[in-house]
Amino acid sequence: MIWLNQIIQGVLLGGYYALLATGLSLMFGVMRIINLAHGDLAVVGAFLIWWLHDRGHSIAVSLAVGLVAMALLGVVLQRAVLERSLRAGVLVPLLTTFGLAIVIENLLFQKFGADIRSLDIGNLAFDGWKITNEIYVGRLPVLIFVVALAMLGGLQLFLSRAPLGRAMRATAQDPDTAELVGVNARGVYLAAAAIAVATAGLAGAFLGMRATFDAYAGPTQLIFAFEAVVIGGLGSLWGTLFGGIAIGVAQTVGAQFDPQWSILTGHLVFLAVMTLRLIKAAAEGRGGFMAALGMEA
Amino acid sequence: MSAAQAIKVERWTPVSLLATGTGTVLLGALSLAPLLFGASALDKLTELYVYVILAAMWNALAGYAGLVSVGQQAFFGLGAYAAVQLSNHGLNVYLALALAGLVAGAISLPTSLLVLRLRGGEFAIAMWVVAEVFHLLVNLDHSVGGVTGTSLIALGRYDPTDRRRYTYWLALAAMALMLAAVFLLLRSRLGASMQAIRDDEGAAASVGVRVLRTKLVVFVLAAIGCGAAGAVWLAGQLTFQPNSFFSVQWTAYMLFMTLVGGLGTFEGPIIGAVIFFVVQDQFGQQGVWYLVGLGLTAVLFALLLPRGLWGTLEDRLGVRLLPVGYRVRRLATVGRES
Repeated sequence: MIWLNQIIQGVLLGGYYALLATGLSLMFGVMRIINLAHGDLAVVGAFLIWWLHDRGHSIAVSLAVGLVAMALLGVVLQRAVLERSLRAGVLVPLLTTFGLAIVIENLLFQKFGADIRSLDIGNLAFDGWKITNEIYVGRLPVLIFVVALAMLGGLQLFLSRAPLGRAMRATAQDPDTAELVGVNARGVYLAAAAIAVATAGLAGAFLGMRATFDAYAGPTQLIFAFEAVVIGGLGSLWGTLFGGIAIGVAQTVGAQFDPQWSILTGHLVFLAVMTLRLIKAAAEGRGGFMAALGMEA
Repeated sequence: MSAAQAIKVERWTPVSLLATGTGTVLLGALSLAPLLFGASALDKLTELYVYVILAAMWNALAGYAGLVSVGQQAFFGLGAYAAVQLSNHGLNVYLALALAGLVAGAISLPTSLLVLRLRGGEFAIAMWVVAEVFHLLVNLDHSVGGVTGTSLIALGRYDPTDRRRYTYWLALAAMALMLAAVFLLLRSRLGASMQAIRDDEGAAASVGVRVLRTKLVVFVLAAIGCGAAGAVWLAGQLTFQPNSFFSVQWTAYMLFMTLVGGLGTFEGPIIGAVIFFVVQDQFGQQGVWYLVGLGLTAVLFALLLPRGLWGTLEDRLGVRLLPVGYRVRRLATVGRES
């Protein structure tokens, strides 16, 4: 029963990771950029919404203002850094976003100091439903999971139905050809960056509600998000949900063995999935599993 | 036209001969530093050598093989960890420090199977995950004190003056060896293969470059170098704390040094390391703003001066101090040029 409980908690936690990973996946899908500052942007969102709430605004107002501000930040980021990086080659976006991550973390530290913070949401943080003596489902994790589902579903609908979404998919396929048929690739990139950073901000807000954060919390969030994206398959939104759940379950089940093992188990599951995938690919390509262990290209 | 086709492919030029000779003599002269300089100067130089190694390794990975790793702290930490373990198991502490890089290199072999097939950003973050895994595993190891860490007790038995000198020579030897290894690698056939992979992996494979094998050589070399740097750093610090040795900050430093000095040039990272060393010395106490400045500088260089200080200078002046590439010179340009 205790294991079942851990698995349920892990699935719900997976919703948070999927939400966190959505922006990373979208940016990679549309622009082929892996944004190494993604986790730090989520933490910026957490701090921003925390700060607004601290000024006396309600959670709803803080969230709304904060997310609009994050979308604008995405636009600025795209215009000032990513657009130039994209033009400069495949490695440059990695270099600039990693540099940006360092800048963001330390600016946050400079502004907010070393204190660990969390968003005060009153009873929502503790309320829940007791299913049996050993299974307890919190309202907040369920809320986050539902929001993640809605976000992924909405984004999927947007990409398949909305004109801008279609333009986004066209640009992702081939920006030059998309421009030939009248798509404004630059505008599409701006929209993708705005959506990606805003979803990162939303994930950051949930991070602040369900746990604690500080100025240097970003890299860990980036790694979890990345693991979810890769397990689910790059560019696939529902795959991201599956990947998030895999990481979430691995962490909660690992924590049941030993709290110290929680994060490590998540990483190990990720590495195991990658290993299996590589062996499978090599075995398929060469016909036989022994070939998979060789280093020939 | 027919006469104008005569070309000569050069590796060594008078300038590069002079520069390589001067560099070698300089390394020899630096080995005499313990006889001339005081304790603090030796400590400073040791620190500088660690930076040079790290910058050269990261440059070999990213600048030449196109492998941007944000997890090189994995091998830096593993080098230090290996030195502690070897020493605790009875090996002479300096032998342990010298071998630590090789242990890191050995660990990089199985790691490579997992990460080297990934490209670009996937490789970058996968390395970060790998670094986190090693970090968390070392944190669980109670024999080195877990999260709190431990000190390299065996070093305390040496007289401080001797210890400082030995550490200095260890650092100098490690730097000279790693620079020589990168130099030879770049001059070899593999050097050209690496750059072909960096520029277009698919195209390189199609002309017969063995992509994975080439990447493997650079990857293992960089792991050995970063491991050796970690061991030397440990010898200077005396204490091993996993959180500081496995910190991603080390990769941030490598990025800064390489980008400022010149990604994809041999000399650039060395210059970048010297600049970083001076900046660290002057502004290291400023704490957070200093780190903001480092990150911002790296971003600006990547966007505005992607060849770094040295690469830009090289392009302008057309000189190559160390002959890691090829120069094609037209010989008889009869009637075409005055």
